[in-house]
Amino acid sequence: MSSYLDALESRTIYILREAYARIEPLGMLWSIGKDSNALLWMARKAFFGRVPFPLVQLDTGMELPEVYEFRDKAVADWGLDLRVETCPPEDEMDPDLPPATRAATRKTEGLKNALRRDAYRGIIAGIRRDEQSMRAKERVFSPRSLDGAWDFRDQPPEFWDQYKTEFPEGTHVRIHPLLHWTEIDIWRYTKREGIPIVPLYLARNGKRYRSLGEKNITFPIDSTAATIDDIIAELETTRAPERAGRAMDHESEDSFERLRATGYM
Amino acid sequence: MPEPHGQPRAPLRIVVVGHVDHGKSTLIGRLLYDTDSLPEGKFEELQRVSERRGMPLEWSFVLDAFQAERDQAVTIDTTQIWFRSRERDYVIIDAPGHREFLRNMVSGAANAEAAVLVVDAAEGVREQTRRHAYLLHMLGLRQILVVVNKMDAVDHSDRRFAEVKREVERYLEDIGLSPNAVIPISAREGDNLARPSSRMLWYEGETVVDSLDRFRPLAAPIERPLRFPVQDVYKFDERRIVAGRIESGILRVGDEILVSPANRAARIKSIEAWNSAVQQVEARAGQSIGITLEDQLFIERGDVISHIQDASKLSHVFRTTLFWLGTKPLEVGNRYTLKLATRMTPVTVEKIETVIDTQSLGSTTGEAVQRDEVAEVILRARETLSIDEHRDNPAMGRAVLLDRYDTVGGGVVDMRGYPDLRQGSEVRSTNVSAVEHLLTTEARAARNGHDGAVVWLTGLSGAGKSTLAMHLERRLFDKGYHVYVLDGDNVRRGLNADLGFGPDERAENIRRVGEVAALFADAGTIVITSFISPYREDRNRARAAAPGRFHEVYVAADLAVCETRDPKGLYRKARAGEIKDFTGISSPYEEPDNADLVVDTSHQSVESCVDSLVAYVERHVRLERATVRAVGD
Repeated sequence: MSSYLDALESRTIYILREAYARIEPLGMLWSIGKDSNALLWMARKAFFGRVPFPLVQLDTGMELPEVYEFRDKAVADWGLDLRVETCPPEDEMDPDLPPATRAATRKTEGLKNALRRDAYRGIIAGIRRDEQSMRAKERVFSPRSLDGAWDFRDQPPEFWDQYKTEFPEGTHVRIHPLLHWTEIDIWRYTKREGIPIVPLYLARNGKRYRSLGEKNITFPIDSTAATIDDIIAELETTRAPERAGRAMDHESEDSFERLRATGYM
Repeated sequence: MPEPHGQPRAPLRIVVVGHVDHGKSTLIGRLLYDTDSLPEGKFEELQRVSERRGMPLEWSFVLDAFQAERDQAVTIDTTQIWFRSRERDYVIIDAPGHREFLRNMVSGAANAEAAVLVVDAAEGVREQTRRHAYLLHMLGLRQILVVVNKMDAVDHSDRRFAEVKREVERYLEDIGLSPNAVIPISAREGDNLARPSSRMLWYEGETVVDSLDRFRPLAAPIERPLRFPVQDVYKFDERRIVAGRIESGILRVGDEILVSPANRAARIKSIEAWNSAVQQVEARAGQSIGITLEDQLFIERGDVISHIQDASKLSHVFRTTLFWLGTKPLEVGNRYTLKLATRMTPVTVEKIETVIDTQSLGSTTGEAVQRDEVAEVILRARETLSIDEHRDNPAMGRAVLLDRYDTVGGGVVDMRGYPDLRQGSEVRSTNVSAVEHLLTTEARAARNGHDGAVVWLTGLSGAGKSTLAMHLERRLFDKGYHVYVLDGDNVRRGLNADLGFGPDERAENIRRVGEVAALFADAGTIVITSFISPYREDRNRARAAAPGRFHEVYVAADLAVCETRDPKGLYRKARAGEIKDFTGISSPYEEPDNADLVVDTSHQSVESCVDSLVAYVERHVRLERATVRAVGD
């Protein structure tokens, strides 16, 4: 009866409940991607059908139309408290950054604005360790300075499921309840639970999105995976990295490192 | 490789530890390459980066994600990486070997099911080799593989391997560990990792991958006694759901359970779930669940639910073998915050029994424990703790210490020599049958001249409850009534001194006040209570405690008016965010829907409100004799 997906889910629910019990005010980033949707699903499980904190979408206006369509339907169907944070325009970003990194920085700035306005002390984000080597070094409860900077040289100890929940004023914490999941786990779980997804993940005319991002900096991959089962089968054999289609990861050796150190998800 | 449509299994979590530069990251990088687990393009990227830097191919770059790590060729922080053998999937945790990075090593190793200890063939056992091995043992890891690395640097010598092997095994034996295997390897060259080496034909044992594949995953401890630490209590709707993760054992609907440290019994009514077609009747170790109870009892985060048999120990004091991560030393008399499962509470260091030298394994007594040292210390808490010994129940016998905001230590609990306070204390049952009094209520009323009653004033802070209560008490007293006011100050100081101001504790505060008020009324007194009591449910419970004698009075006042009055400056603090859960500001006030009397202090004077209260009492609290002599008449 108890499968490894149950164990992954139980851990995520435990982390969400720790965050809710210890950190206030709390918000959850919702990108409407597959990880984010699985996380939202588990939040509804953790709190018996109601999400007791607002969802924040960092909106650059550049998501694909299917994403907005999905978002509006989910908000209506599930009665979500969604706060759309419009990200500042690209021309306000550091002009020295490579173009895709610069576009991605808009979300970092949008998040900072949301943090300032709603004074969140905790932000839940659906990142995973297997996505990217920088994210592999993350803590489940990861403290940030007021401007969102991540000091990866000085991360707090985290063991025995005791997370850092005590902070001086001026700190906020990123909470990462999906850190221990892999891409294929997310798809197996999505399939098992029947979680709705944005249809862009499924192949049409030999292309699908493996990772969803803004339309200007994200590209579909060659694939014939037209169902979730096909995606799972594809992932069992592929060796291509998940974020291959995300331009900002590849502009320079440390572009993603710089993004993350300054507060990107 | 797992079958495409077979049942996928959890990956095994292994931590790689050892002295700095003994080759941990290289081992992992090469293992990924040899098992064909590197992502596409990664090998080419390694080649490019190594060429650009004019260095030989550096396998550790697979793990070193940060520019700083690649520049200095040292791992700064723990990282995790997935790989796959023919048998199963693995998560490898790479822990930095630097002395100052002990906290990262612990963060990685505490989560692992098995460990690989890397020892340099030329250097042999070094300081971090011992320290890491000691910590692995302390953390409870028992599956350990030793690899003697860089065999190419000692000419693949079987004699040198035998020396290092003996040295490692001797140390491990001294701390009570026995390795599953000791394997000579060269990580850089891939010797004996996934394939047997042709350069060490004298070695007839298994490869690293074969050895890893023989490790067994840790099973959730369902065979141990039930431990369900309460993580939170939710009241999103009419249900009161006790949420948490079962750390050990099995829990079933209908089970008679015990809530510790209060030592109260209750019965499980249901296991709650969202979006589930079947009613769950059983939950096991490892599951995050929510339950409801048949009985109304006070329960909060930090409590531990067990069965009545096989309950945890209760104690204020315990011994822990701990590793110290704090920059300031741990000293006798210091105060820290203890995290034990979901309980958080202050503790004081009572005694440092021994400081252990992880190198010589000698121990000394000491007045202080320095950073990165291991010691046995006695900690004392003010409140009673529900606690298990680590060897009986690892998840419930792990103590984490905080100094203000920071985690400064972790230790495993050992109760040798400390009594279990549960011995001799009785389980407080909710099924107590009342003993009949030989006096009737009527007889008491006849002597007092009036019935007992509860006059329950409810309303916002600043609505004027206390003022009205005190005036009403005076007026009724003067008229010859036996009357007494119960208010926040006189109960919070004594009866309810153990309660805080969170929603649950406020509910418990009101429950106790309701019970005490009912006893006063039963004894024949008119008791006036003056509490915000914002929740309808809580007031109804107080009403149920004093059937027929409960009179709910709503002291109405506009929030704006209350806020201007602000007699204790509380609204100002609440607006400034200094007070959490303040009624009317950040926490709801549920107005009575059918109060027995409403007085409005924003539109009526105190005098006229008290008049209506006195009139109400005279009308509703029956007088036994026609005339009550007023005092002073």
